[in-house]
Amino acid sequence: MRVDSKAAFERLQATARERAGAHKAEVLVCCGTGCLAKGSKGVAEAFAGEVESRGLGVSVGLNVKSTGCHGFCERGPLVALRPSGILYTQVKPTQVAEILEQTVVGGKVIPRLLYKNPVDGTRVEQYAEVPFYKHQTRVAMRNIGRIDPTDLLDAVAEGAYAGLAKALFEMTPEQVIEEVATAGLRGRGGAGFNTARKWRSARRAEGDRKFVLCNGDEGDPGAFKDRSIMEGDPHSVIEGMIIGAYAVGAHEGYVYVRDEYPLAVVNLTIALSQARAHGLLGQNILGTGFDYDIRISRGGGAFVCGESSALMRSLEGKTGEPRAKYVHSTDKGLFDSPTVLNNVETWADVGAIILHGGSWFAAMGTPKSKGTKAFSLVGKVKNTGLIELPMGTTLRHIIFDIGGGILNDRPFKAVQTGGPSGGCVPEGLLDLPVDFEKLTEAGSMMGSGGMIVMDDRTCMVDVARYFLNFLVEESCGKCVPCREGLKQMLAIFDDLVAGRGREGDIARIERLASAMQLGSLCELGKSAPNPVLSTLRYFRDEYEAHIVRKACPAGICRELTAYEIVPEDCDGCHACFKACPVNAITGTVKELHMIHQDVCISCGACFDVCPTQAIRTLPKAELAGREVS
Amino acid sequence: MPNLTIDGVTVEVEEGAYILQAAQKAGVHIPTLCQFDGLEPWGGCRLCVVDLWRPGWDPDWFKMVTACNHPAEDGVKVFTSTPRVLETRRVVLDLLLARCPETALIRRLAAEHGLPATTFVRNPEPTDCILCALCTRVCDHIGVSAISSVNRGVGREIAPPFHQPPPDCIGCLACAEVCPTDCIPFTSSDRQRTIWGQDFEMLRCSQCGRAHITVAQADHWAARTGVPRSYYETCDVCKRLHHAEVFARLTAGG
Repeated sequence: MRVDSKAAFERLQATARERAGAHKAEVLVCCGTGCLAKGSKGVAEAFAGEVESRGLGVSVGLNVKSTGCHGFCERGPLVALRPSGILYTQVKPTQVAEILEQTVVGGKVIPRLLYKNPVDGTRVEQYAEVPFYKHQTRVAMRNIGRIDPTDLLDAVAEGAYAGLAKALFEMTPEQVIEEVATAGLRGRGGAGFNTARKWRSARRAEGDRKFVLCNGDEGDPGAFKDRSIMEGDPHSVIEGMIIGAYAVGAHEGYVYVRDEYPLAVVNLTIALSQARAHGLLGQNILGTGFDYDIRISRGGGAFVCGESSALMRSLEGKTGEPRAKYVHSTDKGLFDSPTVLNNVETWADVGAIILHGGSWFAAMGTPKSKGTKAFSLVGKVKNTGLIELPMGTTLRHIIFDIGGGILNDRPFKAVQTGGPSGGCVPEGLLDLPVDFEKLTEAGSMMGSGGMIVMDDRTCMVDVARYFLNFLVEESCGKCVPCREGLKQMLAIFDDLVAGRGREGDIARIERLASAMQLGSLCELGKSAPNPVLSTLRYFRDEYEAHIVRKACPAGICRELTAYEIVPEDCDGCHACFKACPVNAITGTVKELHMIHQDVCISCGACFDVCPTQAIRTLPKAELAGREVS
Repeated sequence: MPNLTIDGVTVEVEEGAYILQAAQKAGVHIPTLCQFDGLEPWGGCRLCVVDLWRPGWDPDWFKMVTACNHPAEDGVKVFTSTPRVLETRRVVLDLLLARCPETALIRRLAAEHGLPATTFVRNPEPTDCILCALCTRVCDHIGVSAISSVNRGVGREIAPPFHQPPPDCIGCLACAEVCPTDCIPFTSSDRQRTIWGQDFEMLRCSQCGRAHITVAQADHWAARTGVPRSYYETCDVCKRLHHAEVFARLTAGG
């Protein structure tokens, strides 16, 4: 059905809602990448098969739906039931029959499949009551997990394209831009540039050919919000892009997706062809005479291609390398034409902003950072996954209320935000309200919304070195400070973690970092020293310990750390013996065990498995004075 | 036409000029490595960094930009040797010296900036290539694109595709001539020229018989410009001689 008028769009909405309302009950099986990896395809197929063979589709009006990512990947495969609101976690195909019999037909809850709160051990029945979900406010991810991303009507029933219809039928392009300005929307890709300002520049720019692009090249380690949005609700991205194109007067667009996101590519492709078939995309959109079409371009997975000018060069078929942005992309971007490039999440926000109004969005968040923001919460927290919260939520709330606190109740040490361009925020700043400004002030940045939580078993020098390693691989190598600077910086860090640190290393690091910040060509190079500088700012004593005492206070750097068993705490459980990969531990069950230092490789496997915390770390330097055991 | 000051010297430059040209006009020297007149500026070596101040900014607020590709805007003030500019330049040269410890040009520039030796880890496999990409840019510019940069980050290098003799190369030597450190090897004789592992047959001038360009060059230029190939079969010296003779005849006759 091609929609060619306002009335026709309203008829499409009515049809969609009617179809959705026909199901009395629904089983929502999460088929995001995380749950798929844990076998949710088998679960979805088992549900479909059982429902079919039992005739439940007719008798109880049950519909089985494969949805996008619910965010709580760690507990996957996730199965949500409607209308009861029950959430089952870690569901296996063999449990499907039981769920149908007991819960769907019998109306009884199966306690052992419910989410168990790791904080107090209680079982939580309702999806909405699970602490991980309870505190969230979803705008960009409003429909993810609720809709089948491969079914346009399902998305329309939940409000998709209503914002587009409003923009095209009721608003001028200028009004659209003003609405986005009222919302205070800022780029969700990390830099936080004012979206309306960008659109206004592109609208004013001269040129018959303009482009509206989507950056789906999310590449920060630990970040996956854009992937989940493209996989779980591609229509929200497409809708936003069409509205943006209408606002700036563009007729061509690309979604640049990294090739490591195959499901995102598949679901976007399906969504684009469905939108085109329904007259929502392509020629004469909704019968208004406005033309705009989107193509997908798959990136080869270079981190640097997430940088706007490199992304555009890559789209042009050239090597993905940044160029100087003294002339803005909104004047000369893709193929030297005025171009608007926004992040996946930014586009997903646009439809909702137009539909509900800019002030609705601006009512959430902080004075300078409005609305909500998606984060990938990973690392040493009890609940990991994808969340969306109003800007200004404190780190403490995110990590301890939503994340459930630190794994194994170890002490919190720092949280890394913003990926390789960001930094580490220490415990003293846990009450920091998270927004663009506050994170930057703290020496970190918003970045792609990755949050990696670290406990006391994390060496901050090692963390900085990890990011340097990543950047050395991913720097495009065009400019000297980034390419050669990172290489030299990594050499200093390789020495630090190996006990070869020298006096003056900190000064050398700071000199190099400053030149990279000032002299690099693109923002990735300029921000590359951030992981180093932020750890140096908050954990300088750890650096000094590595240099002066040749010690790693966290007991992580292998060359500097030895492990030993505290005799009075060892109950001879033999767990360390089994865990040791090099047979450096001797001892029989119920007897005191011992680590042989000449064999030990300081991997820490014993430390991690010891149930009585009888293993402690000590600087290797301290071993020197002892007799070899 | 934009009017700006470079280290206090006011200059007026053509619309579309860059800061580097304005500095040249003002008589202020800014060091460069990846810049070459006639090629689009690239901004890779970062040696030409300068501090920029725009009207309306706080008096003590500056932005560090590269002079080679930043437009010379009206009313801006450019400072080419503030302490942080000099220090950034010094670190860039220090890094290049670590990469190319034996390269004369880099050693000279580093010495001029007070660096007798690198303070970083010296490259155990010294190279003369500073990755300025002048060679690949000139090759692209003449419509050949036989060589390119390959790999990224620390693994970046300049090479023909798959490190094989490049099939698109015309043996024009533009890459070798533009190279600031002379690090692209080639041999050339009356019969044969060899570069990038590829051999080229030489074309002899139809007038003097001197081997002046490669056969592949004549074919490429003829195809690219639409000018008959015969035009390229005469060397530049003979063409000039021919024109001079024509002029001499005309003036003698007049």
